[in-house]
Amino acid sequence: MNVVVLLKQTFDTEEKIVVSNGAVSEDGVKFVINPYDEYAVEEAIRLKEESGANSVTVLSVGPARTAEALRTALAMGADEAVLIEDDRIPQDEYAVSVVLAAYLKQQSADVILGGNFSVDTGGSQVAVRLAETLGIPHVSSITKLTVSGGSASAERDAEGDLERVDVQLPAVFTAQQGLNEPRYPSLPGIMKAKKKPFKQLTLDDVGVSAGDLEAKTARQSLSLPPSRQAGQILSGDLASQAAKLVELLRTQSKAI
Amino acid sequence: MSKTFLIVAEHRDGKLRQVTLEALQAAARSAQDGDAIHAALLGGGLDALASELAAYPLAKVHVIENEGLNAYNPEAYVRALTPLLDALKPDGLFLGHTAIGRDLAPALAAKLSAGQLSDVTAIDQEGGEVVFTRPIYAGKAIEKKTFLAYPWVVTVRPNNIPAAEAAGGGAAIEKHAAAPAADLRTVVRDVVRKTSGKVDLTEAKVIVSGGRGVKNADGFKPLEELADLLGGAVGASRGACDAGYCDYALQIGQTGKVVTPEIYIACGISGAIQHVAGMSGSRIIIAINKDPEAPIFQLADYGIVGDLFEVVPLLTQEFRKVLA
Repeated sequence: MNVVVLLKQTFDTEEKIVVSNGAVSEDGVKFVINPYDEYAVEEAIRLKEESGANSVTVLSVGPARTAEALRTALAMGADEAVLIEDDRIPQDEYAVSVVLAAYLKQQSADVILGGNFSVDTGGSQVAVRLAETLGIPHVSSITKLTVSGGSASAERDAEGDLERVDVQLPAVFTAQQGLNEPRYPSLPGIMKAKKKPFKQLTLDDVGVSAGDLEAKTARQSLSLPPSRQAGQILSGDLASQAAKLVELLRTQSKAI
Repeated sequence: MSKTFLIVAEHRDGKLRQVTLEALQAAARSAQDGDAIHAALLGGGLDALASELAAYPLAKVHVIENEGLNAYNPEAYVRALTPLLDALKPDGLFLGHTAIGRDLAPALAAKLSAGQLSDVTAIDQEGGEVVFTRPIYAGKAIEKKTFLAYPWVVTVRPNNIPAAEAAGGGAAIEKHAAAPAADLRTVVRDVVRKTSGKVDLTEAKVIVSGGRGVKNADGFKPLEELADLLGGAVGASRGACDAGYCDYALQIGQTGKVVTPEIYIACGISGAIQHVAGMSGSRIIIAINKDPEAPIFQLADYGIVGDLFEVVPLLTQEFRKVLA
């Protein structure tokens, strides 16, 4: 059984967003493995440790800085990293999924794991698009995964309800919080990671022509949300504050 | 040339979901005179829902009939919708950004080789172009996007675009028999309804949310009581989820859900940037925290400095008086 993890590098969730020249500024920003993808990496490593998976490959389409996130995944215990980096790939979920599909068609992946969504542009698209493009089933937002033989059982979070889903492999799964507790890379893990295979590929290597990747969407503008002002802190004993608040909600903000 | 748009309707517990009417409004805002908006409804025993939907400004309501489709299965849904997509050749699909919509939309988008804009909060026509607004980084920034090619796939964030209103007209209802779902590779064995009878977090008008300050799982009880009274839902910060006080499904923030209720009541939540990203779009924010220096007070419309275990029951009492 071969496991592939789709990984995106994102801003740390504690980062503030600065817009400059119509784009999100990356100056001085701390980057991490997209938190949902980190669950996917952990789950893949566990499939190797506990369910006899042969190999774990972490795969990314992204800029050169993504190498750092892939190295972290290798240090956690993945076996091999693949970074498809090419300026001709538009930042569009359609294009990214086409590139991933082209690469994975040449591989034999039984389990493909990704995050439920990325905490930056948050489209929740790429993993499911990939499954459809490859013609294999998917189960999104999983909180449990058991693989045996040619099939898998997953528990899926559907807006708080829990669905138990059986699926034939190969299949794509996306990780939801609660799937596992990702490990930190160990020092020996970090040392070993330096010697693990790390492939850098371009569109030509994957066999996709730039003409097949025309973006389907375009950004027209980017702005920061209107900032909220601190309102009023109520005073008096707590019982009268509670009464005052309910009154303000009725009279001032007309919310009830 | 006139366009055809298709809404994939959602129903739950025998009712149309509010977000479906919001998706319909989203399609209407994307449309020009002469464009046609259709709706697809999947499942069995849906005559009443189909009639209800037919009262909205739609060209046609398509009912894809099969009892098995009352429960969502991505593979079965894609398969059931395929003949309709082939026949209708829609220029745009509109779904809610819900558990079903966010799972189904990208599959349909891939099938149609379409672009998709997810989690859209506003739609405007500007100079002949349809412009879609969507928050990114969980609302820390807002982008406006356009499609460069048809067909489009759009998912709309619940609670942002006003629901379409019934026009009183009767759209035609067309029934399609869905082929029985044979040889599916995906089988949904069972669904454990943990949220039965509860309001979904992303659709809730009122959210009462707890942080580390609730101290343990029992600490959520007064919050639940207040939420139930107001017909709302309970949410949580990452701190409360990580500490094991509640299920991750309740988490609001950049990891977790982004919510935009009318009223957000943050109880014992300090206001870490990752949480704020998920709730700062709420219309009214109320903060209850023992610590007067908590950052949450910097964005709250109303703040009460005090112990949530004292304040929340008092609030519940006051609301009860008003709502009685």
